[in-house]
Amino acid sequence: MASIDISAIRKSYGILPVLHGIDLEIRDGEFVVLVGPSGCGKSTLLRMIAGLEAVTSGEIRIDGKRVNDLAPKDRDIAMVFQSYALYPHMSVAKNMSYSLRLRKTPAEKIASVVAGAATKLGLDPLMERRPRALSGGQRQRVAMGRAIVREPKAFLFDEPLSNLDARLREQMRAEIKKLHQDLGATSIYVTHDQIEAMTLADRIVAMHGGIVQQVGSPLELYDNPANLFVAGFIGSPGMNFFEGRYMRSGETASFALTGGAVLPLPSTANLPDGSRATLGIRPEHVILGAEGPDAMLAKVDLVEPTGFGIIVHLTLGSVAFKAFTLDRRFLGMQGEVAVRLPVPNLHFFDEAGRKV
Amino acid sequence: MTGKRILAFLAHRLAIFAYVVFALFPLYWLLKVSVTPNKLLYSEGIRMWPSRTSFEHFEFVLRHSDFPVFFKNSLIVSGSTAVIVTALASLAGYALSRFGFRGKYWIVALMLLTQMFPLVMLVAPIFKMLSPLGLTNSLTGLILVYTAFNIPFATFLMQSFFDGIPKDLEEAAMIDGATQFVAFRQIILPLTLPGIAATLGFVFTAAWSELLFSLMLISGNDAATFPVGLLSFVSKFSVDFGQMMAAGVLALIPACLFFLLIQRYLVQGLTAGAVKG
Repeated sequence: MASIDISAIRKSYGILPVLHGIDLEIRDGEFVVLVGPSGCGKSTLLRMIAGLEAVTSGEIRIDGKRVNDLAPKDRDIAMVFQSYALYPHMSVAKNMSYSLRLRKTPAEKIASVVAGAATKLGLDPLMERRPRALSGGQRQRVAMGRAIVREPKAFLFDEPLSNLDARLREQMRAEIKKLHQDLGATSIYVTHDQIEAMTLADRIVAMHGGIVQQVGSPLELYDNPANLFVAGFIGSPGMNFFEGRYMRSGETASFALTGGAVLPLPSTANLPDGSRATLGIRPEHVILGAEGPDAMLAKVDLVEPTGFGIIVHLTLGSVAFKAFTLDRRFLGMQGEVAVRLPVPNLHFFDEAGRKV
Repeated sequence: MTGKRILAFLAHRLAIFAYVVFALFPLYWLLKVSVTPNKLLYSEGIRMWPSRTSFEHFEFVLRHSDFPVFFKNSLIVSGSTAVIVTALASLAGYALSRFGFRGKYWIVALMLLTQMFPLVMLVAPIFKMLSPLGLTNSLTGLILVYTAFNIPFATFLMQSFFDGIPKDLEEAAMIDGATQFVAFRQIILPLTLPGIAATLGFVFTAAWSELLFSLMLISGNDAATFPVGLLSFVSKFSVDFGQMMAAGVLALIPACLFFLLIQRYLVQGLTAGAVKG
C-alpha cells in the first residue's frame, strides 16, 4: 500500500491541452473517486498514474518515488478496466495468475494466492472456464481477482461498473466497498456516475474541463459545493438553479428572480448590491404546499413517482425546476402549488459561478 | 406460403449448386484428363469420363520427369515466403495498428503505391538488380522478390486483425507486468492466430501459383518452380496434356492440405472485423 502524490500534472495531445495542472495527494489506504462528465480528463489522469499515457509536465510519485518515466510494469499498481480486458484465450485461473507467473512467483504460492482470491470473490467453481463463458458480473469479479492477487501498491479502477446492468452495478458497488474495507488498499476510482462516487469515496475529486473543481468528502461536496459545476453534477435529481439579481438594503437583502418573483433574505451574502448571481437549491429542500408570506405559486408540469419518493416538475415564472418529496399526497397534484425555498438551504453563486 | 418457401429454398440451393459446379468444373477436367490414357485422349471425343482410366501420366511425371524437383522448389519458395512475409507483416501490422510515429502516413502511402504497378513493368529492373547479386536462377532470389511483393498487402491484412483486438488487453498485460513485446507475444499474437492463418494461406497460394517472375528469373530446371515446370510439358510440336494435367493434380495437393489445415482459423479470420470479436 502506498500514497500517491500528483503535482502540477499537465497533459496535451499535440497542441490540445487536456489536463491543466492537477495537484492531488492521495493518502495511504484512501479510496479516492475521480468524477466528472465525459471528456473531463479523469480517465486520462488515471492512465497517466498507471503509466499508459505519457506525462506532458508535472510529477507523479507513488510511495514517494517519482514514476513519470517508469513503465507500467514497474509501478506495481493494478488496474480494473471498463471492458474488464480479460485475456480471452486463458482460463479464469490463468487470467488471475498471469501477473504472478510473469514475476516468476513459485507455483505453490501462485496456487494458494489465486485460490484465496477466488474464494473471496466466489469464483471457485469457475476457475477453468474461459472468459467468454462468464456473465458480465462474473467477468467483473475475475478482473478484480486479477488485481487483488498481486497485493499491489494501489488499485486503479477505470469505470469498472459501466457495462453492468443497474442491479448488478449496485451489488458490485457494495462488493468493491467491502473489498476496500478488507484490504485497505489505496484506490483510485474513475466514474461519471455520481452515485458511485458518493457511495464509494473517502474523498471525491470532481473534475471538469481538465481542471479539478473541488476535492472533499462526499457530503462536503453535496452540502457545500464550491461552484455551479459541482453543485449541478453531484446529486440526483440535480440542484435547481435560478438566475437573478442580488439586492442589498442595510442589514437585509433580497433576490429578484429573473421571472419577477422576489425572495426576501434575512441575512446578507457576500455579494455586491445589484450584482447578477445564481441561486441554487436541492429538490429535496423545496417545500411544497407551503403557507406564509414567502410562499410563491408555481405551476405543476409533471409528477414522476419513483416509488421511494416523488419528483415534481414545476415552473416558477419562466424557470423550470424540480422538487422531491416523500409525501404521497402530492402524487395527484395539478394546476398550481405554493412553494417555499427555505433560506438555510439556499446556495449562492456569483457571476463567475463560484459559491459565495 | 409453405410451397413458396420450399420453392425459394430449392432455387437457393440450385443456384449454389450451379455456382459450385461452375467453379469446380476446370478442376474436374484437370482430373479427368490426367487419368485418361494417351490413346483415348483424342480418339474418344468429348466425354465426361474416359472409358478406361490409367495412372500412367502420374507414373511418368513422378518417375521420369523433373517434376519432383519443381515440386520441391515450389514448396521451399512458397513455404519460406509465407513464413517470412507473415512474420514481418505481423510485426509491421502491429506497429501500424498500435503506434503513432513520424512518417507513418507516408509509409502507408508508399506501401499502397507499390501495389499500383503492373508487375510486368518491374520484371526488367528487378532482373537487372538481382543479376549482379547472383540472385537470378536461385530460389533465394525468388523468395526475396515474392516476399517484397507480398508484404504490403499482408501488412494491411494483419493490421486489420490487430485493429480488431482491443487495446485494453495489452494495457492490462503491461500493468500485470509484461513489456510491450511480451504482451504482444503472449496476449495479442495468440488472439491473432486466425489472422496469421489467413495471411499464411494467402501468401502461400500467391507464391505457389506465381508464374511471371519465376519464368523470368529462373532459367534452368534446377531452380524452376512447378508453374514453370508445367510449361516443360509444352514442346515445340505438341503439348503433353495428360502429363501436364497429372502434374497439375499433384501440385494441387499441398495447397489443399495447407488449406485443410488452416481452414478452421481461416473462416474465423476472414470474417473477423465484420463483427466484434
